[in-house]
Amino acid sequence: MKLIQGNEACALGAMRAGCRFFAGYPITPATEIMEWMARLLPPKGGVFIQMEDEIAALAAVIGSSWGGAKAMTATSGPGFSLMQEHLGYAAMTETPCVVVDSQRGGPSTGLPTLPAQGDVMQARWGSHGDRPAIVLTASSVRDVYEVTVAAFNLSETYRLPVVLLLDALLSHMRENVELPEVTVVDRAKPGSAGTFLPFGSTAFQAFGDGPPLVVTGLAHADSGRPRASDGPNLERMLRRSIDRLETDRDTITRYRGIGLEDADHLILTYGITARSAAGAVQQLRAEGLRVGLLQLQTLWPFPERLVVDLASRVENVVVVELNLGQLVMAVRAAVGGAAPVRHLGRADGRLFSPEEIAAAVRAGEVAHA
Amino acid sequence: MPRVGQDLLQYLQLDAMPHVWCPGCGHGQVARGLATALERLSVPLERLVLVGGIGCSGRTPFYFNANAMHTTHGRALAFATGLKLTRPELTVITTMGDGDTAAIGGNHFIHACRRNIDITAIVYNNGIYGMTGGQQAPTTPRGARSVTTPLGSLEPPFDIVQLALAAGATFVARSTTFDFDELPALIVDAVRHPGFAVVEVLTQCPTYYGRMNELGDAVAMLDYERDLTMPQREITKEGLAGRRPLGVFRREIAPEYTAQYAELCARQAKRS
Repeated sequence: MKLIQGNEACALGAMRAGCRFFAGYPITPATEIMEWMARLLPPKGGVFIQMEDEIAALAAVIGSSWGGAKAMTATSGPGFSLMQEHLGYAAMTETPCVVVDSQRGGPSTGLPTLPAQGDVMQARWGSHGDRPAIVLTASSVRDVYEVTVAAFNLSETYRLPVVLLLDALLSHMRENVELPEVTVVDRAKPGSAGTFLPFGSTAFQAFGDGPPLVVTGLAHADSGRPRASDGPNLERMLRRSIDRLETDRDTITRYRGIGLEDADHLILTYGITARSAAGAVQQLRAEGLRVGLLQLQTLWPFPERLVVDLASRVENVVVVELNLGQLVMAVRAAVGGAAPVRHLGRADGRLFSPEEIAAAVRAGEVAHA
Repeated sequence: MPRVGQDLLQYLQLDAMPHVWCPGCGHGQVARGLATALERLSVPLERLVLVGGIGCSGRTPFYFNANAMHTTHGRALAFATGLKLTRPELTVITTMGDGDTAAIGGNHFIHACRRNIDITAIVYNNGIYGMTGGQQAPTTPRGARSVTTPLGSLEPPFDIVQLALAAGATFVARSTTFDFDELPALIVDAVRHPGFAVVEVLTQCPTYYGRMNELGDAVAMLDYERDLTMPQREITKEGLAGRRPLGVFRREIAPEYTAQYAELCARQAKRS
């Protein structure tokens, strides 16, 4: 048992997952992740570098990944905004890497030290164009460790940038943690040479480990050669990588449920907010209301089937998040008319109390009745 | 004048031709200088990574048989830094334009100079944005016309050599496409230099810069380059007379980043 901070758990998880490159730029409330990596990497022969800005940080991470290292960066809202172009570049070039965004109140410099969940849509859609996206969240310090490992595993498996959304509170919170056993996935190496195409494959060849490679943010063939005017080729490529996540959506989906089996009312939330929601479930159950909690750890690809299945068995759904209505859009789109979906959101840098969430569920019940 | 022989063709990716460069563009001469330098360096092509930015110059890596990483506008050096730190044994050369280097990527450029990481940056300076159709660059001379300065540029241009020197690059040189016989030797020295090396090459853009500033065709622009510059060895007591000096301006051995980092790791590993 160890008393550790959320950001420390993130660094420990990254090291456990085999991360050997970190490039970053200081920003509250994510900075401790880079401070820890600056200490943890050198003894393992890993590389730590503080870059000149967040744009450079993610660029260096991508460069390192093409050198064969598991690589990550960590930032918060303003830095995450700067990284959007390179998130798109990483997706286009099928580059495994992990980007941690410890969310704070925005927009702009906003509320630097206060928690928020306002980057949910940016994490999915912030970069221009269509792309596959995996976005994870965590609710406890132990979660942060486990989900950081999961982020690396997914990024290595699907050759994608994976975003892990934390928040100012979770980043700075300390909890007693028994670090769990985890499984680590390593990058698949190309098999026999000759037929290997560097793109569209789960196997990955780094620079210097085989014949020369071509990597470009232009639309390209699976050989890597640019096909900058071939629209149908690009669409085929995008659909292939998006479909791969669709096919594996159930295995990519990480979630926890409380009382889902007999629920008449569903609270859907994620991240730090799930902690208050668990308290609300307890209170409401004590009152005799059958309430269930769906706590998503995977936000994107959005676990549509899971949400629809649960929503169709309840009288109403309350989506709770620290923003003015982001994931609720995906929930409403998925649920359709299967159940009324209400939103409980705020953007004032505060958390919801269990009482506030319980009141929203009660109000939903009254409205429904 | 020697033709591009079989020896140089082996460095080129002929499948990627025709290239995007306009007739008369100087970038092909820079590419030829690079190919000639590679031949002299005899770096195995699978151990060489050419990292391009965005723009006409950024396309260079596609035309070589080496590893090619075509990155984002201005950021080639940041990608190259992550790669070089992870794989110090690879030879990393960036090809960037003047806009890449001194406008959108100015921050990455000065910090790469400061860090002294063993990367060679070849900066193609044609004083204009070619790929997007002839807009003002941070290197466009005062008074020069571009499509975004139709009445003449009001801004003083950056001198990339001075910028690199001030930011701490340990090898800094300048050449032109007029002097392309001397360019390979400069690139060879830059790549062999154990630290961050900058080679600025003045190159002609007859399509946009030349046309808008009435400098004539590519051949006339080469003469213009000749008259704009002066090899350091030819500088007399009268000085440069407003011309830009050519040659090597700094060649200094200083602690190199990846070497220092390896030492730091070795010390840490011993301690723990």
